[in-house]
Amino acid sequence: MYPASFNYLRASSVREAISMIGDNEDAKFIAGGHSLVPLMKLRLATPSTLIDIGRLSELSYVREDGGQIAIGALTRHRDLEISPVLNAKAPIIAKVAGQVGDPSVRHKGTIGGSIAHGDGASDLPAAALALDAVFVAEGPSGRREIKSTDFHKGFLETALEPNEVLVEIRIPSNIKSWSFQKFNRRAQDWAIVGVAAVKNGSTRVALINMGSIPLRAAGTESAIQSGASLKEAASQADLGLDPPGDLNATVEFRRHLARVLVGRALEELD
Amino acid sequence: MKVSMTVNGKSVSRDVEPRTLLVHFIREDLALTGTNVGCDTSSCGACTVLINGESVKSCTTLAVQADGADVMTIEGMANEDGTLHPIQKAFQENHGLQCGFCTPGMVMASYSLIKENDHLDEKAVREGLEGNLCRCTGYHNIVKSVLAAASEMGA
Repeated sequence: MYPASFNYLRASSVREAISMIGDNEDAKFIAGGHSLVPLMKLRLATPSTLIDIGRLSELSYVREDGGQIAIGALTRHRDLEISPVLNAKAPIIAKVAGQVGDPSVRHKGTIGGSIAHGDGASDLPAAALALDAVFVAEGPSGRREIKSTDFHKGFLETALEPNEVLVEIRIPSNIKSWSFQKFNRRAQDWAIVGVAAVKNGSTRVALINMGSIPLRAAGTESAIQSGASLKEAASQADLGLDPPGDLNATVEFRRHLARVLVGRALEELD
Repeated sequence: MKVSMTVNGKSVSRDVEPRTLLVHFIREDLALTGTNVGCDTSSCGACTVLINGESVKSCTTLAVQADGADVMTIEGMANEDGTLHPIQKAFQENHGLQCGFCTPGMVMASYSLIKENDHLDEKAVREGLEGNLCRCTGYHNIVKSVLAAASEMGA
């Protein structure tokens, strides 16, 4: 399957990428391409122009910065998986990245690509949400920060402007209490439902594939805040949510999975 | 658009449409048909090649993304005199293939897996090859082959 025809430009810096895209709302940035190329092959995405930012090696890093960890948007899943900084200070990201797709996919896919793609079934955006991450976007007028809770707007829609590049993901350091639960039927599949939970001061619980965007389990979080037992808190995991039903799971099964997986996640937190 | 890369040690250069997938570039422009197209959706791994020494699914990579890269396909694994690579030899000796369609991808993914892991056991091989499907379901001997190759290659 060939994608539809497009023009191809290769950027050698973030600034050049931004000027190349200009006001062309029909253009897309491409990094590893492992979310975008499949959509283009199915003709679900038909950008007129692709601007390749995949070679901007200055956006591939994981480093401690103040009390936080800064992750360059072009850091590949494989590099997250084996990052000494992440494995020591925020292992949830290394562990989640190590379960995305399969090893060959992880050699190409990037954390920024996964987050900017904005799919509610992806694992890393939910992990970022559980960590209360901040995303740094660069546009024509400079950089701005976007809270992970304000980032996802709808199915494959984010707060990024068409001419903004996601450049960095900032997460807290010293994450000791966390859990990642992924339920699927076959290796390498997307999660039918997944849960990323972090206890770092407060407890934050994020859900994968329980809506068109990654979501926080607000029912569970407020139950924990008001002193409910873990079992009671887990029973509120799907409160107020409207999960999709598809060939993999009915709506009811997804609700059930969310409650069970959140229960398992909460038990794993210290 | 002109793309140039090294494929199996040889420099190649072709004019391609930007939408050309790396797997089609390899099969059609370079006439190297050892790399197969299976699912065409980055699930089955039949199209696995190495880019700069790492396994990649060439059905989900644009040829232009591999411009300037060092690409290795199954045709580049054996020595010029025909001596098989230790992984190929292990697949042959352990009956690691049945119909053979998944084999080129299995060999390339195994190469990357062995290179990235100092110690491989059965579980690590099964997990490491989760992105490569064998529709003959011949996994048992594939795992055996990879473990034999890993021990031959010192992993």
